[in-house]
Amino acid sequence: MAAIAEKARVGSLPGLLGDRLFRWSTATLALMVIALLAGFAVVLTMQSRLSLVKFSFRFFTSSNWDPVNEQFGALPFVYGTVMTSAIALLIAVPLSLGSALAMVEMLPQWLATRIGFMVELLAAIPSVVYGLWGIFVLGPWLRDNIDPLLAGYLGFLPIFQGPQLSVSLLTAGVLLSVMIIPYITAVCTEVFRAVPQNQREAALALGATRWEMIRMAVVPYGYSGVVGAIILGLGRALGETIAVAMVIGNRPEIAASLFMPSSTLASAIANEFTEATGDLYLSALVELGLVLMVLAVVLNAAARALVMGVVGQQGERR
Amino acid sequence: MSASTRDSFYLYRKLKSSLMMGLTLVATVLTLLPLIFVLAYLVSKGLSSLNFNFFTHLPKPVGEPGGGMANAIVGTFELVALASLMGVPIGIGAGLYLNEYGGSLSAPARFAADVLIGMPSIVVGIFAYVVVVRPMHGFSALAGGFALGIIMIPLVTRTTEEMVRLVPQELREAALALGVTRWRTTVSIVVRTAAAGIATGVILAIARVAGETAPLLFTAFGNRFWSHGLSEPIASLTVQVYTYAISPFANWQRQAWAGALVLTGIVLALELGVRWITRGRLKPLR
Repeated sequence: MAAIAEKARVGSLPGLLGDRLFRWSTATLALMVIALLAGFAVVLTMQSRLSLVKFSFRFFTSSNWDPVNEQFGALPFVYGTVMTSAIALLIAVPLSLGSALAMVEMLPQWLATRIGFMVELLAAIPSVVYGLWGIFVLGPWLRDNIDPLLAGYLGFLPIFQGPQLSVSLLTAGVLLSVMIIPYITAVCTEVFRAVPQNQREAALALGATRWEMIRMAVVPYGYSGVVGAIILGLGRALGETIAVAMVIGNRPEIAASLFMPSSTLASAIANEFTEATGDLYLSALVELGLVLMVLAVVLNAAARALVMGVVGQQGERR
Repeated sequence: MSASTRDSFYLYRKLKSSLMMGLTLVATVLTLLPLIFVLAYLVSKGLSSLNFNFFTHLPKPVGEPGGGMANAIVGTFELVALASLMGVPIGIGAGLYLNEYGGSLSAPARFAADVLIGMPSIVVGIFAYVVVVRPMHGFSALAGGFALGIIMIPLVTRTTEEMVRLVPQELREAALALGVTRWRTTVSIVVRTAAAGIATGVILAIARVAGETAPLLFTAFGNRFWSHGLSEPIASLTVQVYTYAISPFANWQRQAWAGALVLTGIVLALELGVRWITRGRLKPLR
């Protein structure tokens, strides 16, 4: 016994040193993750200070984006981002909610698992591939089939008037909806699964039909989680770059019609960054990135807090 | 209320329920349709433009038929390797810290990782441009790898943490009770037990960054030829597909479909392989 104790004591010195070293090195790596986020904030703010100082709030109220005369107003990009995200959510939210409810409340487990798997595959397809499909398939199809319909029935609205192009706000919005559906569906599925079974049983015992049970027990219980899922999808839509840049037509002007080309914050950066001549131009583009970063951080933090509230510890893992 | 109105109201509720549940099924079908359409177009348009030369030849100038994306395929592998060199060790280390030590750093680090996962990739590109491209005075493979590595870090961090959390506490206690030091316990017991899960997380992160375009546009930039060295611009499948897709030339557009098919093939093979092996035990990160 004594020998073992002796060995343990002798062995413990280098062992403890190793412990401390290991703890310190992993803590340093964890610190790097925090430093990285802080680094983003510092780098983007510093690099956009020229534009921040020169234009201040005018940057967001002016719609004059004129690199030649060094006048930069980001309103057209804000408009493009807001409109494409709005179209995307308008389509994606009902479809995602519907398929999440079908998977959790109706379909047998084996089928729901397979559908969930296919939804994950949708999320795995690279965005440049969606962009390619958008240019050659979705855009022309919308122009030939959907645009005339919208113009025919809703043509009294200014957003559905004018020439119909295959590269447009509408194409970008529809493509974005396809890309964010997997995210919203997956989070909603998880939220609905977290609803306790006795909530459902209570509603059914009161004589509720299946749909009434969903309305009375499932959706209210998971409400904040669903809102979180939608915000998460919105965050994705705002930041999506390449697919949007490929189908939106990249025109830094505000057009009333959804059938016309436009540009978003992210697509403007992708298109103009390598061509930016002059420090002020570059600085203005970085400021667009700064706006995107702030939006992404705020939306993600809010969405995670909401989803975590419903899904609990599990949600914390993401 | 008479019996008949009660019955008809009940019928109405039943009908409404069936109708709404039917609509959820319609939503499910509509959700999956794009997957089928995207894959169908990819295969039909991509396969017809895909040939052996695609994998062995350099891109041809406009007007000359043929050519391939050999340099872009190799470039994508090179960029992913560089990214892994940076993202995997940092991610695994940080993930271990989050679960095994859980000191005062862990809450802010977890928050930072979560927020970084949602960071638009074009913003990562700007960051890498300022931090690497500008000091090096030029686009380079290093800058591209750095940008992709940044995207990998939070993904690997969170999957590692999640996988390590699944290791039963008893295993740690058993090792510690035998007098094994804490760090040996972590490395030889915890990491070894969770190795398959951690590897899965790494592969999913690789699949994710292999499909990234936006952060490469002004870091790795692109190259029509072979890249000789890490400080030179380098081609990648994604950027090549992007450039060819928005070009007005039919031949280049065909090449874009072929490139997209190869790219999707690589990414989905990684995803499918991993998902099949783990079969739902690992939750995807969003």
